Amino acid sequence: MSIYQDIKIAASDGVCAVIGPIGPALFEKNCPRFIDGFWVTIELILFASVIGLGVALVTVLARLSGNRVLSTIAYAYTYVFRGTPLLVQLWIFYFGIGGLGEEGLGPLLWSFFKDGWNVGLLVLILNTGAYVAEILRGGIVNVPKGQMEAALAYGMTWLQAMRRIILPQAFKIAWPAYGNEVILLLKGSALISTITVLDLMGQTRTIFSRSYDLEIYLYAAVFYLLLAGLITILFRRIENRLAG
Amino acid sequence: MELLGVGPGGWGDDLLRGAWVTMQLALAALSLGLLIGLVMAGAKLSSLRPLNWLGAGYTGFVRGTPEFLILLLVYFGSETAVRSLIGALGFEVAFEMPKFLAAVLGLALIFGAYACEVFRGAFQAVPKGLMEAAEASGMSSWLAFRRVRLPLMWRYAIPGLGNLWMVMLKDTSLAAVIALDELLRIAKIAGETTREPLLFFIAAGVLYLIMTALSDYGRHRIEQRARRGMPA
Repeated sequence: MSIYQDIKIAASDGVCAVIGPIGPALFEKNCPRFIDGFWVTIELILFASVIGLGVALVTVLARLSGNRVLSTIAYAYTYVFRGTPLLVQLWIFYFGIGGLGEEGLGPLLWSFFKDGWNVGLLVLILNTGAYVAEILRGGIVNVPKGQMEAALAYGMTWLQAMRRIILPQAFKIAWPAYGNEVILLLKGSALISTITVLDLMGQTRTIFSRSYDLEIYLYAAVFYLLLAGLITILFRRIENRLAG
Repeated sequence: MELLGVGPGGWGDDLLRGAWVTMQLALAALSLGLLIGLVMAGAKLSSLRPLNWLGAGYTGFVRGTPEFLILLLVYFGSETAVRSLIGALGFEVAFEMPKFLAAVLGLALIFGAYACEVFRGAFQAVPKGLMEAAEASGMSSWLAFRRVRLPLMWRYAIPGLGNLWMVMLKDTSLAAVIALDELLRIAKIAGETTREPLLFFIAAGVLYLIMTALSDYGRHRIEQRARRGMPA
C-alpha cells in the first residue's frame, strides 16, 4: 500500500511540475491538492463501478429468478435506492448509522463507519448497483424469449442459460446505457465531499473556503469534464469492439 | 415516535413544510428548465454556427460536470455577479443571493441541458412529410410549427421529460448544502437538535420516496394520455 502511495505522490508531483506553471497562479499553488482529489475520485468510481456491477448482476438474477422472496427483496432494494436522493442515502449511512457511534455499532462496524471514505464507497456501490440492475434488466428483457426456451430445451439450467446465452447479449444491448450510468456515478461521487471525504470536490471546496475565488470551481469542472470525456471515449471503444 | 408528530416537540409539521419547499423548488426549476431547454434546442437546431456552438458548449459542460459543482458555482457566482453589477452602478448595498432563487437557477440550468437533447430528438422525430403537407396546405412555417410540429413534439418528448423530472426532484436535495430550508436540511437540523439523526434522515428518505412514487404514477398517466391514438 505504501508503495502505491509513493507512486501517487510522485505522479502528483510530476504532473504538477508539468501543468502547474502553464496554469494561472491560483491553480499552480493548489495543484497538488487537485491531483490528490483527482486520484481519490478515480479510485472511488473505479471501485464503485466494478463492485456495483457485481451487485447489479446478483440483483437482476434475484429479480428474475422466479423465486418470490428473492425477487421481492431485489425489487425493494432497487426501488428504494432509485427513489431517494443519493445525498440522503449518504447522510443516512454516515450521519445516521455512523452517528450511532462505537457504543451503538460495536467495535467492528464502528471501525468501518467512522471513515467517510468507506461509507461513501459503500453508498456509491449500493446506489449505482440499483441503477445498473435496472439497465441490465432492460437488456435481458430485450433478448428474444425463444433464446431462453431453446437453451433450457438443450438441458442447460436457468443459471447456465443466463450466463452463457442471455447475459452476454444483454450486456451488449445495455452497454451504452451502462456508460451513461458511469458518468452519472462520476458526477454523483462529488457528493461524498459532504461526508468529509477529500475527493476532487472535497479538495476544491477546501481551497475555495480559503481563497474564496470562484475560478477554483472552474478548474475542478475542467478535471471532471476531462474524466467524463475519458470515460465516454473508453466506452465507445469497447462498444465498437462489442459490435464488431 | 412523538418526535415525528405535529406541534411543539414534534418535527412532523416541519418536515412536511420542508417537503413543500422541495416541491416548490422542483416545480419552479421545471418551468424555467423547460424554457431553457426549448431555447437551447432552438440554438442547436438553428442554421447559425455560433448558436450551434453555444448550445453544444452548454450541454457538454453541464452533462460532464457534477450537479453539486454547478449548484455551488451558480450560488456563489450569481452573488458575485450581482454584487459587482451593483458596485459598477455606483451603489453601496449589501447583497445576498436568495438561496431559493440560486437553487432554482442551478437546477433549471441542469434540467435545461438534458431537456434540450430531449426536445431536439422530439423535433427530429416528427415525420418530414407531415411538415411538408402542412406547408403544402398553405400554412406559414410558424403556423405549421405551432399547429403541427409542437403538439406532436410533446408526445415524443414526454417520456424523456418525465425521467428528467424524477432526476431533478431528487437533485433538489443538494440545496440542503447551500442551507436552503428544504426537506433534507430540515431533517438535518431536526437530527442535530434531537440527537436522532438516523430517525430523521430515514423520515426524509421516506418522504422523498413518496414524492417520487407519486411522480412516477403521474408520469405514467401523462404518458398514456400523450400516447393516445399512437400505434403501440
